[in-house]
Amino acid sequence: MTAPATDLVLQTKLVRSDFHLQLDLRLPGRGITALFGASGSGKTSALRVLAGLEPMARGRVQVGDALWQDSACKHFIPTYQRAVGYVFQEACLFDHLSVEDNLKFGFNRTPDKLRQRNWAQVLDLLDLLGVVPLLKRWPQALSGGERQRVALARAVAASPRLLLMDEPLAGLDAPRKAEILPYLERANAELQLPIVYVSHAVDEVARLAEHLVLLQDGTVRAQGPTAALLTQIDLPLAHGDSAGAVFNCTVLQHDDADHLTLTSFEGGQLTVPRHKAPLGAPVRVRIQARDVSLTLAQQSGTSILNILPATVITVADEGPGQAMVVLQIGQERLLARLTQRSAKALALHPGQAVWAQIKGVAILG
Amino acid sequence: MTWLTPSDLQALGLTLRVALLTTALLLLLGTPLAWWLARTRSAWRQPLAAIVALPLVLPPSVLGFYFLVLMGPNGTVGSWTQALGLGNLPFTFWGLVVASCLYSLPFMVQPLQNAMQSLGQRSLEVASTLRASPIDTFFSVVIPMCKHGFVSGMVMSFAHTVGEFGVVLMVGGNIPGVTRMVSVQIYDHVEAMQYADAHRLAAIMLVFSFALLLALYSYNGRRRAEAQA
Repeated sequence: MTAPATDLVLQTKLVRSDFHLQLDLRLPGRGITALFGASGSGKTSALRVLAGLEPMARGRVQVGDALWQDSACKHFIPTYQRAVGYVFQEACLFDHLSVEDNLKFGFNRTPDKLRQRNWAQVLDLLDLLGVVPLLKRWPQALSGGERQRVALARAVAASPRLLLMDEPLAGLDAPRKAEILPYLERANAELQLPIVYVSHAVDEVARLAEHLVLLQDGTVRAQGPTAALLTQIDLPLAHGDSAGAVFNCTVLQHDDADHLTLTSFEGGQLTVPRHKAPLGAPVRVRIQARDVSLTLAQQSGTSILNILPATVITVADEGPGQAMVVLQIGQERLLARLTQRSAKALALHPGQAVWAQIKGVAILG
Repeated sequence: MTWLTPSDLQALGLTLRVALLTTALLLLLGTPLAWWLARTRSAWRQPLAAIVALPLVLPPSVLGFYFLVLMGPNGTVGSWTQALGLGNLPFTFWGLVVASCLYSLPFMVQPLQNAMQSLGQRSLEVASTLRASPIDTFFSVVIPMCKHGFVSGMVMSFAHTVGEFGVVLMVGGNIPGVTRMVSVQIYDHVEAMQYADAHRLAAIMLVFSFALLLALYSYNGRRRAEAQA
């Protein structure tokens, strides 16, 4: 199961009376790419073009060595002949079929030579997604979270070469989201597929996506590694309540007595709540801008565990009375949200050395 | 059954045959028509939907009259059927079946069309992302998900054909064993003042129709209860 990690190409132009989509994207052939943007920015349309559900769209769609659409030579493979998995916002299970028959719907229609897994191997995967206990049930009897897991499993069972997810968590409350996110991460680790994930929630994107494409009014505003885009001050991602940075860290040591884990990143160390990852394992740590405060001198006698020396990169306005500060710590960038008055009192300016006090951290995955 | 005359039984058998054939033909013709009406954005959609609904409001005599004119020896359709060696349709069993199909068309098409419209585009898109071709999708998703529309359409077409009178009289005439259906038989009994005979057949029709509708409504009620559960 080591398909070559080839790229995903999406060049498209879709014109409707009230909407204009124009994209030229080359996305990684592995892992999760998030399409992020406000509603109406063209996220879902882009996904539909990839799946071949927008016959009016012109352009080129290529997944690895498979050319799905090339309008220049009138080439268009219809959706049902594309090896594409699509998880819609509403799970859209077939109510007239049991969960098992829903899961077999795509599997049975996949030609033998295109199957990545036989049914026994699919069952292993279903076990990973926690849907095996649901096999004999009917869609009407499932909770919202269970329905989404079955929809994901159904798409995966049809041996897709590209997995598309359109805000699969949008209709769910916070506990349900928390229930599904680990399954999405496991699926990503197991599948070795390109996954394109549409979302307008910064938290989900920060947690799931390695690569991020920011859409605005049907065009690409920015794209790149998620961690870099999250702290880019000219982008909307670095503003608002959910703004924050993601650090790529490595587990250094566990302290079971205090229930803490020490991690390191290029340029410093972070103490985080005890995590199950083994020593040396990579973890991603999210630090919300509202959990970071700044001091000019290193504080002693404080309850805060993580105090890091940092350099101010930019100070930007953040709505009435607030300022957003971008900081450099080693190779990583951190966001801090302060009041305007604090920013003035500290006379913050680019190049200044400060201490960042981090009140809270969260490990992603 | 000593209390039904042989001609009563003949009329019952004929009615059953016409109604079954009409329902079967309407299933074949009405399904693609309903699908087209449910999916199309063509400008022809509304005019065609109006034509399909015409039998609901037109007097059966008007329908029967035009049928006779068109299908008769001098009519456009009549000259085709003669050229094809099918002969004339008016006053024949098959003429009755064809007229019944037109007359009961809305009873098949409308429930089907409603069911297909409420299915929505999304289920079809989901099926296509799961490698189902459009025809495959029609049989494995559309038909099972529109089952209630098919049940309603078939029951209503059948019951409506059994109950028709005006068109039968106009197009079929009153030929025993060929076109004399139960409704006409009852009419004959009443005309001949044989009220007891008329009663027996009328009661059978009443009980039959009630039972059929009761079964259909119970089915729909149960389905709705399941959908809410």
